[in-house]
Amino acid sequence: MDKTLNNKAWFLVLPVLVVVAFSAIIPLMTVVNYSVNDTFGDNQFFWNGLAWFEEMVSSDRLHAALGRQVLFSAIILAIEVPLGIYIALNMPKKGVWASLCLVLMSLPLLIPFNVVGTIWQIFGRVDIGLLGHTLAAFGIDYNYTNDPIDAWVTIIIMDVWHWTSLISLLCYAGLQSIPQAYYQAARVDQASRWSVFRYIELPKMQGVLLIAVLLRFMDSFMIYTEPFVLTGGGPGNSTTFLSIDLVKMAIGQFDLGPAAAFSIMYFLVILLVSWVFYTVMTNLDKAEGR
Amino acid sequence: MRLRGNGLVMALYLLFLLVPIYWLVNMSLKTNMEITSTFTYFPANLTFRNYEVILTDPSWYMGYVNSIIYVVMNTVISILVALPAAYAFSRYSFMGDKHLFFWLLTNRMSPPAVFALPFFQFYSSVGLFDTHIAVALAHCLFNVPLAVWILEGFMRGVPKEIDETAYIDGYSFPRFFLKIFMPLIASGIGVAAFFCFMFSWVELLLSRTLTSVNAKPIVATMTRTVSASGMDWGVLAAAGVLTIIPGALVIWFVRNYIAKGFALGRV
Repeated sequence: MDKTLNNKAWFLVLPVLVVVAFSAIIPLMTVVNYSVNDTFGDNQFFWNGLAWFEEMVSSDRLHAALGRQVLFSAIILAIEVPLGIYIALNMPKKGVWASLCLVLMSLPLLIPFNVVGTIWQIFGRVDIGLLGHTLAAFGIDYNYTNDPIDAWVTIIIMDVWHWTSLISLLCYAGLQSIPQAYYQAARVDQASRWSVFRYIELPKMQGVLLIAVLLRFMDSFMIYTEPFVLTGGGPGNSTTFLSIDLVKMAIGQFDLGPAAAFSIMYFLVILLVSWVFYTVMTNLDKAEGR
Repeated sequence: MRLRGNGLVMALYLLFLLVPIYWLVNMSLKTNMEITSTFTYFPANLTFRNYEVILTDPSWYMGYVNSIIYVVMNTVISILVALPAAYAFSRYSFMGDKHLFFWLLTNRMSPPAVFALPFFQFYSSVGLFDTHIAVALAHCLFNVPLAVWILEGFMRGVPKEIDETAYIDGYSFPRFFLKIFMPLIASGIGVAAFFCFMFSWVELLLSRTLTSVNAKPIVATMTRTVSASGMDWGVLAAAGVLTIIPGALVIWFVRNYIAKGFALGRV
């Protein structure tokens, strides 16, 4: 749609600017401030240059957390994206079953993050949980509070349970926009199931799929609550992801400087991914001619 | 070759989604004796004691009240400031509009963990720590951008000719906006409000950091019970079930917009 050039529109945006400035810019400036200062307490600060950044860049603790974070995001994307597409292809297209599927699939998306953690905490316990109990009955040694591998598996299954529906719902919305005629043409050409997917469905889903992948990447990259409730970052540090580590450092130990330097680097990564996301979005809007 | 869904795949997937929830509900209806001593697929002695505990103990049910207060505050603030901004983004181009829109997105995407400490210090220093408005304002960080993006997505679907016709008919901007435009995007406002409500309701990190007693939300009350020794599993499960209910109740009404809402109005 053609937009009118009108700089007075700034007045309409002003309220948003004020509110978000209050809740984003001021706190972010505080972080910047801490990241370049050191303190001996009593609100006495002195200039510390980039020392905190240097410390954090070479910190083993940060590298370990980052490594775990990247591994986690990679694994859940590798599972959720194909599974989400597969589910979307199998969803009923219309009628009451379609509505019912939409509602039931949305259910995990709307459960408070910590309750998701609680559900799996209870579900996975060997003594009282259905999953843990069943695995134990098959003679599998499973205990997510002691064994790092089991903890990882539980967190990954939990995340798949929580978020696969999001990818499915977005792909489903993309699939719904494919005109019936495309499928009829494919039938005339006797296209195989795979080529229908590859040459009709996948190109039509491309845009929404990209959004879904980026959203999942972002949200998994800042995951905090679910693993915090389920494992508390343990056993040891085996499930301490970036956000958990940052909160431990900032609120638990009050290491303001390092935590602030950490925050800023974290934020820059997010900024980069957001920019990719934004570019994808605007290109998509253009492609649709809006 | 209209490709029909495979019922079996869907059934298995839905089963996978529902079994953990079934287990939570199952636990919430058992006594602690039954939970820890035997392993039963259905409550042998059906009891509502766990729910009674929550609904009669102020330290529990005030958690729900606190959560609802700040969530409603946040939803109202978010929608009110987002409406004019979304209109501006959907109708006008102005200096820096693209940068501003992008900047809003980065706020939706930024990890709350980055903001937890500065929020804590900032709200403490202005005397807002442990108040509902502090949490409501903190949640604006991600909900205002979300509302702007969703509303902008809906508003673009309304033809511009409607605005122009209204001006020719002599409507002033506020009257046009309230009388003509808002009814046209009523479903968009509903969806945006739903998503603001939801994301504020499910958030734990900021709401826990910014409260201690007076405004302590239910999600924080629950995690503190987890760390206590001598777990009251039944009550914990019941509290979990009660937090799912608000979302489950309204989900039917927004079912066709769920994808649009999660994708920031862009599907």
